[in-house]
Amino acid sequence: MGQRVNDLMGWVDARFPLTKMWEEHLSKYYAPKNFNFWYFFGSLAIMVLVIQVLSGIFLAMFYKPDTALAFQSVEMNIMRDVEWGWLIRYFHSTGASAFFIVVYLHMFRGLIYGSYKKPRELVWIFGVLIFLALMAEGFMGYLLPWGQMSFWGAQVIINLVSAIPFVGEDLGIWVRGDFVIGDATLNRFFSLHIIAIPLILIGLIVAHIIALHEVGSNNPDGVEIKKNKDENGIPRDGIPFHPYYSVKDIVGVVVFLMFFAGVVFFIPEMFGYFLEHANFEPANPLKTPEHIAPVWYFTPYYSILRAVPSIAGSAFPGVIAMGAAIVVLFFLPWLDRNPVKSIRYRAGWYKILVALFVVAFITLGYLGTKAPTDMRTLVAQICTIYYFAFFLLMPFYTKMETNKPVPERVTMK
Amino acid sequence: MSTDAVNNSKRRFLVVSTTVVGAIGAGFVAVPFIKSWKPSAKALAAGAPVQVDISKIEEGQMITVEWRGKPVYVLNRTDENIKVLETDTEMLADPDSEMSTQPDYCKNPTRSYDSHRKVIVMEGVCTHLGCAPKYVPDLNNPFAGSLGHDWKGGYFCPCHGSIYDLAGRVRKSMPAPKNLPIMPYYFKSDTVILIGQDGSNA
Repeated sequence: MGQRVNDLMGWVDARFPLTKMWEEHLSKYYAPKNFNFWYFFGSLAIMVLVIQVLSGIFLAMFYKPDTALAFQSVEMNIMRDVEWGWLIRYFHSTGASAFFIVVYLHMFRGLIYGSYKKPRELVWIFGVLIFLALMAEGFMGYLLPWGQMSFWGAQVIINLVSAIPFVGEDLGIWVRGDFVIGDATLNRFFSLHIIAIPLILIGLIVAHIIALHEVGSNNPDGVEIKKNKDENGIPRDGIPFHPYYSVKDIVGVVVFLMFFAGVVFFIPEMFGYFLEHANFEPANPLKTPEHIAPVWYFTPYYSILRAVPSIAGSAFPGVIAMGAAIVVLFFLPWLDRNPVKSIRYRAGWYKILVALFVVAFITLGYLGTKAPTDMRTLVAQICTIYYFAFFLLMPFYTKMETNKPVPERVTMK
Repeated sequence: MSTDAVNNSKRRFLVVSTTVVGAIGAGFVAVPFIKSWKPSAKALAAGAPVQVDISKIEEGQMITVEWRGKPVYVLNRTDENIKVLETDTEMLADPDSEMSTQPDYCKNPTRSYDSHRKVIVMEGVCTHLGCAPKYVPDLNNPFAGSLGHDWKGGYFCPCHGSIYDLAGRVRKSMPAPKNLPIMPYYFKSDTVILIGQDGSNA
């Protein structure tokens, strides 16, 4: 029997590099042995992607991308008539928020351990592109249930396009395919949401992982394990991803799924944060809801948009600021001039700056869910300035840090 | 020419010319895909300018026409109304329409063409939450209680009580922040208007 399997594998390997790929990416991919809690979120992101693809394929079987039918097909057909349709839908809606939670934590991990620094710049850049694609995917998906918040949220965001000087008006009409958000818009967003963006997303994830496996994983100490190899050329501080981390990640997956199932079964709306209350009403182009707020994962950037005052009646400066808040992430590998990767061995005051950045980001996110008042706008402006200062002043302050000695080998604390 | 000699400049020329021709071809092929996103013929027809004959509208009478899915009010005002619009401005939030949406040729007290001051054309969409305000020329209506005794005509939004004058200008301290929006339109002749198109573009 064993001989038969070996023969079969030999036959395949002569025609397709199956064993080679298995070894390169799993059984002989050596990852640092000191991964901690923060290293669960990469594999969890893949797990959530699988949940989204699977539940999305089934939702597309029952959903109707037509303004006259869309709301009914979601709220009546999928949620009530289709057997287990509600569960598949809640998997998908909870999965969307879970995706962003996991990705934000994954990005934070990269930030604190310097995983964006040489030689991992491209890993980071592919990651930011994934983040962008994910935002596009979330935005377009949110229009599909054709509820009040779907419609008005899209209205606000597409109007941002119209704020671009000179070409904005025509560009807005081009994106909508009509003078108002309507059937044409819904249909093209459906197509982009279920085909175009997922293809791009998967392509980028493959590139992200190939780039990572080319340079090797960073770790909480920011030590390059490839600098210290044994006589067989294997890093002394590395352990094969499979079975060590594949098994460890299963623990992460189990814990994650406990929380995920808890949300899906008991609080799928998450008090109006995952599914906004206004979205249980069909879209009505003649009636604006009292308060329009995007879903929580867009709110930090929405806050930045609102924090920038309009100049000469144009919202364009805010749009620029919102875009710049994401574009600046691409430059992080070159903004940070400190050669030390991990926050563990960087200046104490740098830790405070990072902590304040987290506070500013969460504050922006919170303010984005609320209606603006003068006080809230002021706080949002302060947080926005801090957001940009944190990145743009990096070339200066990171040179002034007094680092602690970085160990030769990874530590297991 | 020997068989193993490589003509590098010829190779480079072929690579560059193939790339350029390919890129141009790809550019042309992209056009139909990009253009497919423009409003379809059906959407264009629904969004096309609407022609309205205003010769039959008596003074003090209003008609409603539909344009791009929105109600458009066409009101023929009396000389009396015009006088009121110029004098009764203290209670208005934006008497000069500085914060409101309208073409430049309608940015005046009557919010109309100077050549046809009595006729106003505007969107019947309340700037608060998009309800359609009611035309209330006098106190002979169910909302009279909200309008005050010296009512000289205007619009009343039944949803949240915003009050506009006969030029669609909102009063102070109303839920609605701005005056009723005015879309581009022009007089094709003295009795025919085209809604949704600027006179200058015609």
